[in-house]
Amino acid sequence: MSAPKPGTKPVTKQEPPINEATAKEHGLSADEFRRVHDILGRAPTYTELGIFSVMWSEHCSYKSSRIHLRGLPTSGPRVIQGPGENAGVVDIGDGQAVIFKMESHNHPSFIEPYQGAATGVGGILRDVFTMGARPIACLDSLRFGRPDHPKTRHLVEGVVAGIAGYGNAFGVPTVAGEVYFDGSYDGNILVNAMAVGLARTDKIFYGKAKGLGNPVLYFGSKTGRDGIHGATMASAEFDEESESKRPTVQVGDPFTEKLLLEACLELMNSDVLVGIQDMGAAGLTSSSVEMAARAGNGIELDLDQVPRRETGMTGYECMLSESQERMLAVVKAGRESEALAIFAKWDLDAAVIGRVTDTGKIVVKEGGKVQAEIPVAPLAEGLRYERPFARPAALDKERALDVASLQAPADLGVALVKLMASPNLASKEWIYRQYDHMVRVGTVVRPGADAAVIRVLDGAVDPANAKGLALKADCNSRFCALDPYEGARLAVAECYRNVSTVGAEPLAVTDCLNFGNPERPDVMWQLVEAIRGLGDACRALETPVVSGNVSLYNETEGRAVKPTPTIGMVGLIANAADAVGLAFQPDCAVALLGVNTDEIGGSEYLDVIHGKQAGAPPKLDLAREAAVGKACRALVAKKLVRSAHDCSEGGLAVALAECCIVPSKPGAPLVGATVKLDEAIRADLLVFGEAPSRIVVSFPPEREAEVRAIAAEHGAPLSVIGATGGRRLTIYQKSARVLDVAIDELATAWRGGFRAVVS
Amino acid sequence: MNVAVVRFPGSNCDDDAFHVVGRVMGQPVRFAWHKESSLGDAEAVVLPGGFSYGDYLRAGAMAANSPIMGAVKAFAEKGGPVLAICNGYQIACEAGLLDGALTRNASLHFECRDVHLLVEGKPTPFTRGIPAGRVLRIPIAHAEGRFVHPDVAALEKEGRVVFRYVDPTGGVSDGANPNGSVANIAGTCNARGNVVGLMPHPERASEALLGSDDGKMLFASLLAEMGRRV
Repeated sequence: MSAPKPGTKPVTKQEPPINEATAKEHGLSADEFRRVHDILGRAPTYTELGIFSVMWSEHCSYKSSRIHLRGLPTSGPRVIQGPGENAGVVDIGDGQAVIFKMESHNHPSFIEPYQGAATGVGGILRDVFTMGARPIACLDSLRFGRPDHPKTRHLVEGVVAGIAGYGNAFGVPTVAGEVYFDGSYDGNILVNAMAVGLARTDKIFYGKAKGLGNPVLYFGSKTGRDGIHGATMASAEFDEESESKRPTVQVGDPFTEKLLLEACLELMNSDVLVGIQDMGAAGLTSSSVEMAARAGNGIELDLDQVPRRETGMTGYECMLSESQERMLAVVKAGRESEALAIFAKWDLDAAVIGRVTDTGKIVVKEGGKVQAEIPVAPLAEGLRYERPFARPAALDKERALDVASLQAPADLGVALVKLMASPNLASKEWIYRQYDHMVRVGTVVRPGADAAVIRVLDGAVDPANAKGLALKADCNSRFCALDPYEGARLAVAECYRNVSTVGAEPLAVTDCLNFGNPERPDVMWQLVEAIRGLGDACRALETPVVSGNVSLYNETEGRAVKPTPTIGMVGLIANAADAVGLAFQPDCAVALLGVNTDEIGGSEYLDVIHGKQAGAPPKLDLAREAAVGKACRALVAKKLVRSAHDCSEGGLAVALAECCIVPSKPGAPLVGATVKLDEAIRADLLVFGEAPSRIVVSFPPEREAEVRAIAAEHGAPLSVIGATGGRRLTIYQKSARVLDVAIDELATAWRGGFRAVVS
Repeated sequence: MNVAVVRFPGSNCDDDAFHVVGRVMGQPVRFAWHKESSLGDAEAVVLPGGFSYGDYLRAGAMAANSPIMGAVKAFAEKGGPVLAICNGYQIACEAGLLDGALTRNASLHFECRDVHLLVEGKPTPFTRGIPAGRVLRIPIAHAEGRFVHPDVAALEKEGRVVFRYVDPTGGVSDGANPNGSVANIAGTCNARGNVVGLMPHPERASEALLGSDDGKMLFASLLAEMGRRV
């Protein structure tokens, strides 16, 4: 397919001269350009310059973050594969593994929201199925600018439609996630997509080019000129010219991806596959270099064999193209035809394009001529920078908060209604109704809950009582802006709590670290502090980090996004049927696991009601978080609780309101509650404060002694605070009624809040 | 009862239909590949949901012309029971097995949520066992499910409207119509009644664990029907 049609003359392009200026255009500094010379012992060719530029981009090399990422806990009794591969792999028993990863597609989604988000989903799905897993769920963590920013509506609609367009057609349920609005994302939205797949532990595949002489196969879509320099674009700040980079955004084809999935899984069952990797950022370059590097081998590619979409493409363009839905595989020598037969069955383009060698070099040939010859190790190893970092001096001033000067609202019920309608807290049904969240008949707990629960159908003896995976993605970037160390710890803790709330044991974490320009010491400090917090929390909660992604240069015109270390967590529940929801049922006792405080810093209440983003994030005691989580899991496992829901944005009042306004099953009437609190804390701080490690549970009153015993056994504080019933949410502080509002009013505000953004 | 689930490239509810027929209903089931031209010993056929051939043309238009559809048409002409779900319904309409067409939802959005359905019309193998007046709760998941037909009155007169979108109490209303379908039509059958198509996904509502097992009634009805024939 690569040969030009008779009579058409291939367009040959004049290659630019190779000098510091060309290198700079490729995102390489003068110093980095000199290192290229040192490694090669000569000047690079244009193709080589292109290869170095993408491999050494921040996006591919993690050059600013790597020395800090080393401090993360990445191993544990269940971890089969930690960071460094296409995705993390965790043992879930019965010979099965869950394979998952989260990745950003921020810049492409801002430039072209539909295709940017769609290809973000496509890329993360490939990362998961390239390891042998069938994707069983997707999650998305989205951050947009202010709801009233002129671009926000267009971006929300485009991103949601892109995620839906790709995931729905591919056939993976999109089951959970988060959506936040904040002015710091006005010029740089965040689109973080997470994919979760299921594999047999004896059928996991790695991106390793092993076995000298083994053929290298290309399969999937043809290569075109789309996405060239995508990785480099993702490694630069935005400016007013960025919109002109639209051609660097790839176009997704979920149909081909679906064929690719089925062909990959069939290939993996065939005994011919040695190693495999998807062509993501930096396409053919990164997949071939990384596969060779992991195996300590060399690789030789003949670009004339690469299936191409258009004529006249140069070697440089072939190596840097980020055309979607392409894979690279190494198969056993002499077995090529078996692999090619599988691709033919699925109508996919495929070709043998190279061999594994022992030279330790990547050699790229085109038209019989060597276009590039580079030692693999220094190329893949990339660069490591110890960038300077410093706590910004202005932070203390920004954080300053005089709580005494805050005037408490006259009616906390009115304030609660306003909070429920704020786009950050309002129902996201407008979004998740556009996602097919039920395909694959596994969704036991649907979107809108603390965590989604997916039943593991494969290998289940009884489909009605299969084990389940609990999934959640979360981050409170307001906390992270005020204190990146505490903010990152709080993000891990909240995911841990969400997963525990439905009754699942948290297993492991993937992360997506979204920050500004690391060359600025204040941004670098945020990154360093967040990684430190992430590591400390994951160690304490025994949830190792098994995969992740770092996205830097998220800023426009010198203004960085809030530090946003998004956490994705996977948990395991022995029987998915045991998972509990958040909705109250009539005639139950209501109790709080955990302790209320007066901490209000960085809260939704402070922002929505008082227009302030200030103060210190609430303090987190990881030992208490673990105790509360364990107690909740035990309560669910023993079927003692009818509902469980975590307290997060909006505090206890919003948590209680959410329990009241969601039906316990379709068509069931909503159930109110009356609660009495005894703490001597200012009422608005008491009900809207966002202290972590709190879960609201409800249970039949006659089970109170058993509930108390379980909480005590796990060292979790528990207080019975009220009862369900009626059609109002009423909160007393000692004998004073401090909040009283009809749940219908709360429900209306909550259901309609998000629509205001999109219509 | 041997059931064939047709697998087109881009089908993505094929495994789900296979699971419900095989594990929930306990019946022998196999996939029929789109490049095949025979259904073998199948006694019933499911055209599953998904995005056959990517649906980059009109939904179902490509699949309607695939080799296996020749066999499905021959099977239907002999009176064999065919259940066409979601994309399968779109394919059945494109292939001429059923009348009408499915166009873009009135909301212009993909809609994934539970809806309520009322069974009516002539008895079919998939609905004969469902008690009259029973409201079913079954999910939808589609962007192109707005049923249109040039002569709905004739369709209704012939008893070929099999499912209608209703509110939870069984009332036909605009609010209960998720996609703008004419006369709230969610599913139809052919003149003989052996080919039934619907946009909602009964296979997603065949186990209580998933929130509803109302959809299982369609498969149970088929099973009873096959038993009656033997």
